[in-house]
Amino acid sequence: MNEHIAVTVTVNGQEYTRQVEPRMLLSDFLRHELDLTGTHVGCEHGVCGACTILLNGEPVRSCLLFAVQVQGQAITTVEGLASGPDPEDLHPLQQGFWEAHGLQCGFCTPGFLMTLVPFLEENPDPTEAEIREALSGNLCRCTGYQKIVEAVQLAAEKMRG
Amino acid sequence: MTTRYFGKPIKRNEDPRLLTGQALFVDDVHLPDMLHVAFVRSDLAHARIRRIDTAAARERPGVVAVYTAEDLGDYWRPGPLLVPPPPVKDIVFHQRTQVPLAKDKVRHAGEAVAMVVAESRYIAEDAAEEIFVEYEPLPGVVDLEEALQPDAPRVHEDLESNLAAHVIQEKGSYATAREQADVVISRRFVYDRGTAAAMENRGIVAHWDFKSQHLTVWDTTQAPIPIRNGLAAMLGLSEHQVRVIAPFIGGGFGPKIMMFYPEEMLLPWVSMQLKRPVKWIEDREENFYATTQERGQIHQAEMALTQDGRILGVKDVFLHDTGAYDPYGLTVPINSQCTLLGCYDVPNYYSEFRVVFTNKPIVTPYRGAGRQHGVFVMERLLDLAARELGLDRAEIRRRNFIPPDKFPYNNQIIYQDFAPLVYDSGNYEPALDKALELIDYQRFIQEEQPRLRAEGRKVGLGIVTYVEGTGIGPYEGARVTVEASGKVSVATGIGTQGQGHFTSFAQLVAEQLGVDVGDIFLVTGDTDQFYWGAGTFASRGAVVAGNAIHAGAQAVRRKILKMASEELEVAEEDLELVDGTVRVKGVPDSAIKLGELAVKANPLRGAVKPDAEPGLEATAYFGPERGATASGVHAMILEIDPETMLVEIQKYVVVHDCGKVINPLILEGQIQGGVAQGIGNAFYEQLFFSENGTLLNASFMDYLLPTATDVPAIISDHLETPSPLNPLGVKGAGEAGAIPVGPLFAQAVEDALDIPGLEIREIPLSPNRLFELIRGERTEREADHG
Amino acid sequence: MKPAPFQYFAPTTLDQALDLLERYNYDAKPLAGGQSLVPAMNFRLARPGVLVDLNRVPDLAFVRPGSDGGLRIGAMTRQRQVERDPLVAERAPLIHETMPHIAHPQIRNRGTFGGSLAHADPAAELPAVLTALQGRFRLESKRGQRWLGADEFFVDFFTTALEPDELLVEIAVPPLPARTGWSFQEVARRHGDFAMAGLATLVTLDEQGRVQEARLVYLSVGDGPVTARQAAQVLQGQEPTEEAIQEAAEVAARQDVDPVSDIHASADYRRHLVKVLARRTLRVAVQRAKENGQG
Repeated sequence: MNEHIAVTVTVNGQEYTRQVEPRMLLSDFLRHELDLTGTHVGCEHGVCGACTILLNGEPVRSCLLFAVQVQGQAITTVEGLASGPDPEDLHPLQQGFWEAHGLQCGFCTPGFLMTLVPFLEENPDPTEAEIREALSGNLCRCTGYQKIVEAVQLAAEKMRG
Repeated sequence: MTTRYFGKPIKRNEDPRLLTGQALFVDDVHLPDMLHVAFVRSDLAHARIRRIDTAAARERPGVVAVYTAEDLGDYWRPGPLLVPPPPVKDIVFHQRTQVPLAKDKVRHAGEAVAMVVAESRYIAEDAAEEIFVEYEPLPGVVDLEEALQPDAPRVHEDLESNLAAHVIQEKGSYATAREQADVVISRRFVYDRGTAAAMENRGIVAHWDFKSQHLTVWDTTQAPIPIRNGLAAMLGLSEHQVRVIAPFIGGGFGPKIMMFYPEEMLLPWVSMQLKRPVKWIEDREENFYATTQERGQIHQAEMALTQDGRILGVKDVFLHDTGAYDPYGLTVPINSQCTLLGCYDVPNYYSEFRVVFTNKPIVTPYRGAGRQHGVFVMERLLDLAARELGLDRAEIRRRNFIPPDKFPYNNQIIYQDFAPLVYDSGNYEPALDKALELIDYQRFIQEEQPRLRAEGRKVGLGIVTYVEGTGIGPYEGARVTVEASGKVSVATGIGTQGQGHFTSFAQLVAEQLGVDVGDIFLVTGDTDQFYWGAGTFASRGAVVAGNAIHAGAQAVRRKILKMASEELEVAEEDLELVDGTVRVKGVPDSAIKLGELAVKANPLRGAVKPDAEPGLEATAYFGPERGATASGVHAMILEIDPETMLVEIQKYVVVHDCGKVINPLILEGQIQGGVAQGIGNAFYEQLFFSENGTLLNASFMDYLLPTATDVPAIISDHLETPSPLNPLGVKGAGEAGAIPVGPLFAQAVEDALDIPGLEIREIPLSPNRLFELIRGERTEREADHG
Repeated sequence: MKPAPFQYFAPTTLDQALDLLERYNYDAKPLAGGQSLVPAMNFRLARPGVLVDLNRVPDLAFVRPGSDGGLRIGAMTRQRQVERDPLVAERAPLIHETMPHIAHPQIRNRGTFGGSLAHADPAAELPAVLTALQGRFRLESKRGQRWLGADEFFVDFFTTALEPDELLVEIAVPPLPARTGWSFQEVARRHGDFAMAGLATLVTLDEQGRVQEARLVYLSVGDGPVTARQAAQVLQGQEPTEEAIQEAAEVAARQDVDPVSDIHASADYRRHLVKVLARRTLRVAVQRAKENGQG
């Protein structure tokens, strides 16, 4: 029952292969096998959204996938957003969150960012109502969301140029 | 000109790490050879343990150890009492603190019964399932009032009843006030349980390094220094052999301070037993049982008033649910008792409470920490009195405000810090006026509401006030050091859970030293970096640690000026600290970089004067005489769908006075986040227990946290009435957003529904509950026992 | 909250998948989007011995026009894809209107159309919608295939007619008749939550503007999709006036449903919502039916 299966997956452009039990959750795989601990785990039942990552470009809950299921696929995590190590390399969304004070404890933030990257790509000029709806699958306990909304508006402006 | 840093909306130093996934949280700690812990927790709320069979679990491959209470030997002992009862006359207090693993009996669902240590969390959970516990179920103690009946089953059988404490505090004579009153309003109020639900669950990594005889513990605690001290004592180690690190913490809100959680006692001990690092990360299901909760109280309260709406006295008798144990003493009910008085000049007050043991998870402070209940009772009584007397609800509040010339104002009772409840400063009427203006009170009640009502729409307004006792002692400290690079490091003992300490504290230092905020490196929550302190609670970080850092920075500034005056041969008064340099005013060329000065202050050759302290460094402490009292007004307009009872908040206003503001951006964030938790508490979040005490909604699917579509944008404004109790003039702001939302919601809902005789005397509400209330259904919860 | 061990298979053809289901039978559980199954496994409320992952089986994800003017939707089509598909919007506007009510985009990106139907959660939207639309379900096993109507497919609380060796592979959605209007509405505590009550309504008018047929199917008020037959009966042959709608709503609440209480909603409140939703969806559906008649 506990046999291990080889999984090869591309995360943030880099290929990794690990032997894992089929039951290992993708969230645990990213965090504890690949040491990509930016993806956070808040509920492990798909509600809080902290573990949201991009699977082939689409935001999904990594706590509701088994690592073996992503064999051969491409994942982006929060570690893959910025283009370099300096503040000016931050993704416009990260910049927006920083400038608008869109985070406090920062635990939920990676999940919000990964939800919002494709959202803004599809909706370059969203209304406040659209932003709030897009955020509604992610829980934040610190900010009351208002400054996250402002952060998204700011990021959208930046991305529109 | 020197740049001002204090009071500026400076973006946060900590954010780039958090935004790129580089910030270290406890579960990010990976150590070689690390083992993983899972707990066997009781499904039953109240039961005798007959037998525990761990044989199968011990045999499972990958399992390293299994422990029950018996296996802990001498280490098994009840946890310490964190806060002793206050010095109030004739107080009754029965101390019963939590145990590391239940022995003989379980007292709440989720209480840990056995611990499995294995090579992975997955295996640990497999083994935990194989541990068989034979229970003899006992009837549960759930309802607060039934718990005090003589025939009630007892949570602690060595006590005569489920009474944990009994406290009476009095100011003046309520009985006399009542005799003189024109009107007496008397009602029953109920406030039910919720949970803090920080996005990060608790977690602990403990690493006993046998060769160096040193213990390192990463802990999601709000109070690392007391944890270190306690662990050292329990484990028989020197405090210098123990390092507790509270790294980035994913939200605290109070429950991350209940030392000692059973897991906090066990993990370090297990690491020493097995000589391997061990990790336990609470999962969300465990968090609903194993992390402390708050809010269950039942009040029978009355208010005596004159015909023109002046309060003559208030009487409040209430029950407080402490759950199965009471390790946090009486902090929560004392806060309820004290905060009830609010912004008002109440000449006579009688307050009596009984704390009750129940078979439910332990109660300790959660953001607001009992203040909610007091504010709820007082504000609701005022609303009911206004209605009875035909007075405007804003006017009745205005008439009873403590006037600005009566500060410091002594309420003549004892607060949670054991000091008399004395308000340091306040100015309540301008805040009320500002809130009325921002919510457009007159226009709403005179034009908009009548118009919308005529269309059949249910819109209502609420406006309430509150005070918040903040920034209590005992003390905090800080060490401020100018490094050779010219950058400044600051170490303080408190932990940080998202409050922006890395930035607001840096601003305080920047203000004194003229160094850019980005060049100031903060260390919080690491006991090896700063030895002394208490922790982050009671909205005290900015007040207590902030003033200690301020004092430390001032001391370093004095050192810099003295040294530079000698170096440059000018008077200290002629120097200024700008852009990381100290220079002669008006002569920018005559500047020394702070880094150079720091090197000179710590020379490798030459003689240093006897008694000289090396380095540009200073350590300072601050302990306020008593807490600083913040205050504010919240107002909102909401609409209820009269068919579905769904509620939409249309406008929300906060006018807040927390004295001097260090960083308005961070303050706004604190207020907005607090309001969101208040809205959750008022309308979405409720823990439902069965009659036997099992929790019926231990998941985020059924325990509803408000989302971005449920929380409105908040319009806020700030007034500044500085506190005279500390040099910065600041007051705490961490809990203010959350405190008054219950009564605000209740008032606005009542106003919107506009049904004669309908009173909202309970929180939380829900669409279902509103439906029941409108239909006049009397349930157990609201039935009048008095 | 870590799942119990299981054996994992990722077949790459439908035939392999059916082989595995035949072999492991009651021990096996097909894994589609996993958005309900995996949470249950993490809580260890579900502990299948064998998981048959359908995500690598090609040809199970599609939206195609049906030869009858309706639609064919592959069981493994992601909910998000159904939501965005223009053919769905055109031919099955009731489904299109419903999709955004299902949880959140992150869930719909992974959750599948067929998975939700096979899971048969009484609080889920799609079983009620497909019942209202009289969808037909194609089930395959090594023993062959069969087609079932929605009424036959949904059996009980989390129970369908699927045998352990069978797989739901395709759903056929018939075309809407002329002069048909639709509406989906639900009452949930928060956006994206399972609703306290919800209703999928279809109304077809005759040429005189009277109700030729009405179908009201509720979610969250029973053990599965609950069809309000008596309420539909009230409307049949009537002018869809406000009075007729009121009466149908009363009848739905009084005679068609028997809801239970839970922590979010009492039986009485649910019954009340049944009435409210009937009124609200019928008004919209009738209006749309009238518009469709003109068009």
